[in-house]
Amino acid sequence: MSRKGIETMVGGFVLLGIVALVFLALKAANLSSFSGDETYPLLAKFDNIGGLKVRSPVRSAGVVVGRVESIALDPKTFQGVVKLDVKKSVQFPADSSARILTSGLLGDQYIGLEAGADEKNFAPGDTIKQTQSAVVLESLISQFLFNKAADAGSTPAAPATNGGKK
Amino acid sequence: MNSLAAIGRYTLDSLRALGHHAFFFWELMRTLPTSLRRPYFAVAQVHALGNLSLLVILSSGLAVGFVLALQTYYALATYGAADSVGLVVNLSLVRELGPVVTALLFAGRAGTSLTAEIGLMKAGEQLAAMELMAVDPKSRVLAPRFLGGIVAMPVLALLFSAVGILGAYVVGVLMIGLDPGNFWSIMESGVDVRRDLGNGIIKSIVFGVICSFVAVYQGYEAKATPEGVARATTRTVVISSLTVLAMDFVLTALMFSPR
Repeated sequence: MSRKGIETMVGGFVLLGIVALVFLALKAANLSSFSGDETYPLLAKFDNIGGLKVRSPVRSAGVVVGRVESIALDPKTFQGVVKLDVKKSVQFPADSSARILTSGLLGDQYIGLEAGADEKNFAPGDTIKQTQSAVVLESLISQFLFNKAADAGSTPAAPATNGGKK
Repeated sequence: MNSLAAIGRYTLDSLRALGHHAFFFWELMRTLPTSLRRPYFAVAQVHALGNLSLLVILSSGLAVGFVLALQTYYALATYGAADSVGLVVNLSLVRELGPVVTALLFAGRAGTSLTAEIGLMKAGEQLAAMELMAVDPKSRVLAPRFLGGIVAMPVLALLFSAVGILGAYVVGVLMIGLDPGNFWSIMESGVDVRRDLGNGIIKSIVFGVICSFVAVYQGYEAKATPEGVARATTRTVVISSLTVLAMDFVLTALMFSPR
């Protein structure tokens, strides 16, 4: 095989590899979303972050507007401090709230931002004051049992036994 | 007493062989810059190792994609999660099967041809003749083949994974009837470029180094007889495969440990 022929075939081979790489990266992985946009940081403090992970999405009205950059524990207040990277093109009013929600029934957890009504917007590095922690299943169950016991206890029939039943 | 001495001898031989491998690797690295002065030789080797392996790699990739899609469909359908077939096949291919199966096929097809070629050159005294002419055989013969293998392996692994995913598409969407939109969107949201694809590429580069090095070493150190060349060829396949599988475990443990 001639020299030129071999070089052409190898060039074609490498080109095929690059096409495969691009196909895998774009069509079969999450490259096209969200890399390379300019972002600004925001902080949010939660009593319980639940199953939130680094790189979990930050959504507003269901649309991804950012990612969780880091999660740390504040040693003084023992709250979870979450640092978010939000797209520069989306500015939130200074009284917006952050909640930790679950996508689907058993899906991954994400942060939902709800816009407030303030005229001023968050400056980069601001802390979101109003936060709601993740729902912890055990607290929910104990709350449910407590409510049931309280309801049964408020009727005049047999209050003492219901206290012992829990 | 003799068995004790045998154990000692075996250990010392293994250590000496390991040292010899390391020394050979160092020699190969040392001759890389000189061999790159004539890049055409490395390019011709990429053709011999890569282009000519395309048939076996692409057809294996297609077959593996078909089978993976079928088996994961059977398993996932019982949980109502049949739409995730694309995601499972993609992750399996890109993270593990692409690099590993390609490395095993590469060792079998390209590694054996490398070892046989170099071994026959040694048996025909061509390498000795080159040394007499003050041409370094490591730079002229071994280094281009080593480089060619390192370049060809990742490309082949990527092609294997890509063709496997297309095969899974053919079986899942066209034959079984899953929803194509879900197929691609669930896959896209579940596969991370850096973590899965990037680590898979790193794996395939490491495996390329392993397979090419073992093939070149076994060829160079083969006994200069036909039987010696045949033995070296089988040793290439066995040693490459075992090393690739062992390194795969180490790399997977390093790369994919839960954060």
